[in-house]
Amino acid sequence: MALVLNEEQVMLKDSAAGFLAQKAGVPQLRALRDGNSAEGFDPAVWREMVDMGWAGIAIPEDFGGLGYGYTGFGLVLEQVGRHLSCSPLESSVLVAATLVNELGSPAQKARWLPAIAGGDCQMTLALQEGSHHAPERTAATARAEGDGFVLNGDKVLVLDAATAGHFLVVARTAGEAGDTEGLGVFLVAAGTEGLSVEPRSMVDSRSAGALALRDVRVDADAVLGEPGAAWAALERTLDIANIGLAAELLGLSVEAFERTVAYLQERKQFGRIIGGFQGLQHRAAELFAELELARSTVLKALQAIDGDADKLSLLASAAKAKLCEVAARATNEAIQMHGGIGMTDEHEIGFFIKRARVVQHTFGDYNYHLDRFARLSGF
Amino acid sequence: MTDLDQFRADTRAWLEENCPQSMRTPRLNFDDAYWGGRRPDIAHPDQKLWCERMAGRGWTVPQWPKEYGGGGLGKDEAKVLRQEMARINARSPLESFGISMLGPALLKFGSEEQKKEHLPRIARGEIRWCQGYSEPNAGSDLASLQTRAEDRGDHYLINGQKVWTSYADKADWIFCLVRTDNSGSKHEGISFVLFDMDQPGVTVKPIKLISGSSPFCETFFDDAKALKKNLIGEEGKGWTIAKYLLTHEREMISAFGTAPKQSLGETALETVGADASGRLANGVLRRDIAQYQLDALAFGHTMARVGDEAKAGQGLGPASSIFKYYGTELNKRRNELNLAVRGEGALGWDGEVYDGGRLSRDWLRSKGNSIEGGTSEVQLNIIAKRVLGLPDA
Ligand SMILES: Cc1cc2nc3c(=O)[nH]c(=O)nc-3n(C[C@H](O)[C@H](O)[C@H](O)COP(=O)(O)OP(=O)(O)OC[C@H]3O[C@@H](n4cnc5c(N)ncnc54)[C@H](O)[C@@H]3O)c2cc1C
Repeated sequence: MALVLNEEQVMLKDSAAGFLAQKAGVPQLRALRDGNSAEGFDPAVWREMVDMGWAGIAIPEDFGGLGYGYTGFGLVLEQVGRHLSCSPLESSVLVAATLVNELGSPAQKARWLPAIAGGDCQMTLALQEGSHHAPERTAATARAEGDGFVLNGDKVLVLDAATAGHFLVVARTAGEAGDTEGLGVFLVAAGTEGLSVEPRSMVDSRSAGALALRDVRVDADAVLGEPGAAWAALERTLDIANIGLAAELLGLSVEAFERTVAYLQERKQFGRIIGGFQGLQHRAAELFAELELARSTVLKALQAIDGDADKLSLLASAAKAKLCEVAARATNEAIQMHGGIGMTDEHEIGFFIKRARVVQHTFGDYNYHLDRFARLSGF
Repeated sequence: MTDLDQFRADTRAWLEENCPQSMRTPRLNFDDAYWGGRRPDIAHPDQKLWCERMAGRGWTVPQWPKEYGGGGLGKDEAKVLRQEMARINARSPLESFGISMLGPALLKFGSEEQKKEHLPRIARGEIRWCQGYSEPNAGSDLASLQTRAEDRGDHYLINGQKVWTSYADKADWIFCLVRTDNSGSKHEGISFVLFDMDQPGVTVKPIKLISGSSPFCETFFDDAKALKKNLIGEEGKGWTIAKYLLTHEREMISAFGTAPKQSLGETALETVGADASGRLANGVLRRDIAQYQLDALAFGHTMARVGDEAKAGQGLGPASSIFKYYGTELNKRRNELNLAVRGEGALGWDGEVYDGGRLSRDWLRSKGNSIEGGTSEVQLNIIAKRVLGLPDA
């Protein structure tokens, strides 16, 4: 596949940019934060996104989506990153809908995917347990009992936990932490007895939370796919999720960089524009080069999802690792090159570094993905 | 079958029949290539044969027009040819500054007569060219060059000195920047001329590199002659041509950054060993290699993306400005890691055990990649100013 965008994709990108700039930019994020928003996003804006079809963008047409593919979705996520827009687009659409689509039975897909695409259901993945992403180390358990399961365990960094109507809980029916066999995905409705949701305040002001599952009973049809055999679909979902997050990091990094370059063109010290100092010029030029590489890895990985490429995992870890590295550099340089003003809450540049670190960490950071990239490369 | 499939089938068959077995192995190093010229260095008799066969089809320069000795192929066909050559590991039939640098400049700026005279001889590898740009006091600041050219009616008389002239001792002709006028700004008054090196006014002294070879030279002009019919473009307006040619030179040099077949990681498993889980035993080295391989992959995708964008009519985007800088820095990283991965085996200078010191010499040679054709620092200056719009330092 040629590494270019077609006209339709460019139009989608432009319209997403226009909408988000107006409705879900950094000023709106600031307002949500300062207003202690319980949702962590503006439900009215989310409704508009749903009406534009974004919640079903990569969901197949048979299940109420647009069937537009992940390359198109990635372009929207890039714009989301640029504007630091808050919505359940990542948690419910990028991650949960993908997992249902990859793992669910036809009946489960028919039940849930149209509901997500239509914005009637908000779903999120409950996976991480410790300080780091380590899916195969899942310790939460699912014990078969009667004609259902009993779930126990604790989860953190559950995105949009406060507003989710349903959780996709990863838990073990067999094996022990470290085994990829024996993992299952269980659909648990908010409010189910034994499930408690604790919203937590995160550095990026977005909503994430912790779950405690204490003898939570679910029916047999709450299992997505075969109990104990979720690994392949979970891994593919996480690859897709990481590629989507890489697209978001791309937008975020490019925006932070462009704002920084604009500042270099305007700020004067020693009687001259600081952008004339070669020490800054070279750092900016190097960052520009890294951003171009980052863009290529993201596009390649997005196309690999849609093209069913066999090296998806390698390309996913390559994209996430590269974007973690570049996002860290772009946001760190952004603060440094802004000088003192960059350290103030009043200035917007600080919002970028905060969001970047949470996205970097989510579903595996630089260290995780560079290690995985090496392993998948055979060493 | 589409036309392109047919072309692929024909090309495959022709290559099967015409590419000598000995030319189906990677070159040992930069110097193991065939460069043609009046006095060619021939490491293997098949080199010349292979070059002649390819030139016969115009495939030493597949995309040049047929009337100038090229193959007249479109981008897609040229890509198929490259793929089919790679499939059988076929070597490039001819290395040439005529092809990679002068040719594109002549195609764009040369007169019909000049193209007809010089291009076919480049395509057939008959004339070997060298590049007379740098001078002792004009390196990064190339436009301050001082080699003088005086108007003598039908020719110019040239006096001055060039330096770092790669393969001047082996070249037949030189494309040379000379000053025809000193009165304006330094970018004005530079002219782009071609002349034969085989004349009394030209003296060449090889310079030995840290890698032990002597590919480049000091080149002295003492009343050397350049016929006026070999002035390219207008007198005094050579800077534009010089810069255009540099973009092609940089493109050629940046291709060194693409990843080799056997990955460094795989090699390191052999030399350093694996731990119980199959990972490379030394975690520090493993991290360095992974970072390099990730960047090499990303760089490859970036070259592909820029190519695809150009093909889709979106023009050559700003990303192309990073190629020279990034590709050469990557190549230096790879060579440096190669040393780390192979340890003692890469430190030999001579002798059969060390394959003639190929690894250490390649490593040393790679240091020049970020200097030749415009240094990395100069490339970063260009990105900062032209792409990012930052003011002059
Ligand atoms: C292997 C090799 C082959 C070559 N072949 C040829 C050839 O065939 N023909 C030819 O004409 N030339 C050739 N060159 C010469 C090459 O183009 C020059 O070496 C190069 O342009 C740098 O010039 P210089 O050596 O004078 O270094 P200088 O310009 O003196 O640079 C010294 C250092 O200062 C830095 N510097 C200079 N100006 C700036 C600035 N404005 N900002 C920041 N840093 C700066 C440079 O980046 C470098 O690190 C070759 C060089 C090499 C190494």
